[in-house]
Amino acid sequence: MKILACISVVPDTTTKITFTENNTQFNTAGVQYILNPYDELAVTRGLEIAEANGGTLTIVHVGKVEAEPVIRKALSMGANEAIRIDADPTDAQYVAEEIAKIAVGYNLILTGRESIDYNGGVVCGMLGSLLGIPSINVVTRIDYADGKFSFDRDIDGGRESISCVGPCVASAQKDLCEPRIPNMRGIMAARTKPLQVLAPQAAANYTNYACYELPVAKTGVRLIDASEAGKLIDILRNEAKVI
Amino acid sequence: MSVLVFAEISDGKFKKATFEAVSYGRQIADMLGSKVVAIAIGNVSDASALGEYGAHVVKTINTSDSFTADAYAAAVNASANEVSASTVIISNTYTGKSLAPRLAQLMGASLATNVVSLPDTSNGFQVKRSVFSGKAFAFVNLQRDKKVIAITPNSFEIKSFGETAVIEAASTNLGSTGLTIDAVNKVIGKIPLTEAEVVVSGGRGMKGPENWHMIEALATALGAATACSKPVSDMEWRPHSEHVGQTGITIKPNLYIAIGISGAIQHLAGVSSSKVIVAINKDPEAPFFKAADYGIVGDAFEILPQLIAAAKN
Repeated sequence: MKILACISVVPDTTTKITFTENNTQFNTAGVQYILNPYDELAVTRGLEIAEANGGTLTIVHVGKVEAEPVIRKALSMGANEAIRIDADPTDAQYVAEEIAKIAVGYNLILTGRESIDYNGGVVCGMLGSLLGIPSINVVTRIDYADGKFSFDRDIDGGRESISCVGPCVASAQKDLCEPRIPNMRGIMAARTKPLQVLAPQAAANYTNYACYELPVAKTGVRLIDASEAGKLIDILRNEAKVI
Repeated sequence: MSVLVFAEISDGKFKKATFEAVSYGRQIADMLGSKVVAIAIGNVSDASALGEYGAHVVKTINTSDSFTADAYAAAVNASANEVSASTVIISNTYTGKSLAPRLAQLMGASLATNVVSLPDTSNGFQVKRSVFSGKAFAFVNLQRDKKVIAITPNSFEIKSFGETAVIEAASTNLGSTGLTIDAVNKVIGKIPLTEAEVVVSGGRGMKGPENWHMIEALATALGAATACSKPVSDMEWRPHSEHVGQTGITIKPNLYIAIGISGAIQHLAGVSSSKVIVAINKDPEAPFFKAADYGIVGDAFEILPQLIAAAKN
């Protein structure tokens, strides 16, 4: 069985977001980059399924050389090999088209639910469409038995169980598994695992980011005395008019 | 030329988010001088109701099949072709998020998800979307002739147009899917967190899952959905599906009440777009008070009963 996990490299969750160049560029000064938390789940579950079924897990990332420490982290978790498509992607369309070109021949393709920077959550569906295979968003369970993949996925107001023979693409949601922490042996082994760098194949850009803006800060909190907490409900009803 | 709106159905009814999408589509259609066509896939009792919120025509595809992204995307794409729609509006629900990217591929369209503004067409076609899990917004240009726009629930007003829509059967059927749906477990009557107008949320300050009945009692009295912070879902006091924050769900209710949550940057990212924020915490230095409109400093276990009593009143 061949499994492909697509990873993003994103600013650490504690990052204070600011912009430069007249709010047209994300300010990367001092930002720590990490493996996107949902992709970490995709890699972990991909590994568990590959290991249980005598398969392999390949990592793919579309990005520049700066991403390689994070790609090595995914390898240290246990992935067999990695591919980096050497490009500076500007939108999800670009990423999906580049990945689609190397994604043929895998039984299962995994992504995270969304990246925690641009939050598009669309590469999974785009890959499904580009490859002509089913896509299953926000999965909280993936199993493989009797030649079939089965999934649970979050739906509006509940959960759904789905199955298919594959190939298919699914996006990882919390609950899927506990992210695997690389051990020392994994870290040592990752140094020499194959990391192939491919040139991009001129994928299209369908969107571009013009500029950014930060949310308007709250002007100040109005405190209500704890002994008169009930007053809050009155204020929310009659002044703020939100209930 | 028309604007097509994907009219999502849940339990035989249109969702509130669907009405928002229809009203949003109508405003774009008015800008472009075109008509709004809604495509309703499933079984719905009163398709003409969408006229009230701005649809001129409702196309229906009758089916009892559950949602699958591949089959639905093909059907919506066929409908878009049928009515010459270059812009498709979808609500960014779980269903919408599954549908949008596949549809955009089939249409060869530019796609924007998490959209929180009407398009600015003064120089091209630009929309505002939330990024960095709510920590910022981006203005993105959609460069292709065709566009798919997925709007964030609770971001747009439902407008009344007092019209009646024309109902027509779509000329396409729902095609086959590569997936088998084995089971669906839906909590009927529970408000999905992303669509709730009021959310009551608890953190570590609630001390344990046994105290959640107080959060639930306040939520019930306010007609609210319940949520929680990351530590609470990590400790399995509450399911992950209730976790709001940077690595959980991003929400945008009219009112967010945070009880016993300190307000770490990752949590604030997921809730800061809420219209009104209330923080209740015994630590007056809790960062949440800086991000809140109203605050009460004190013990949640003394404050909650007062709130529940007042809310029931």
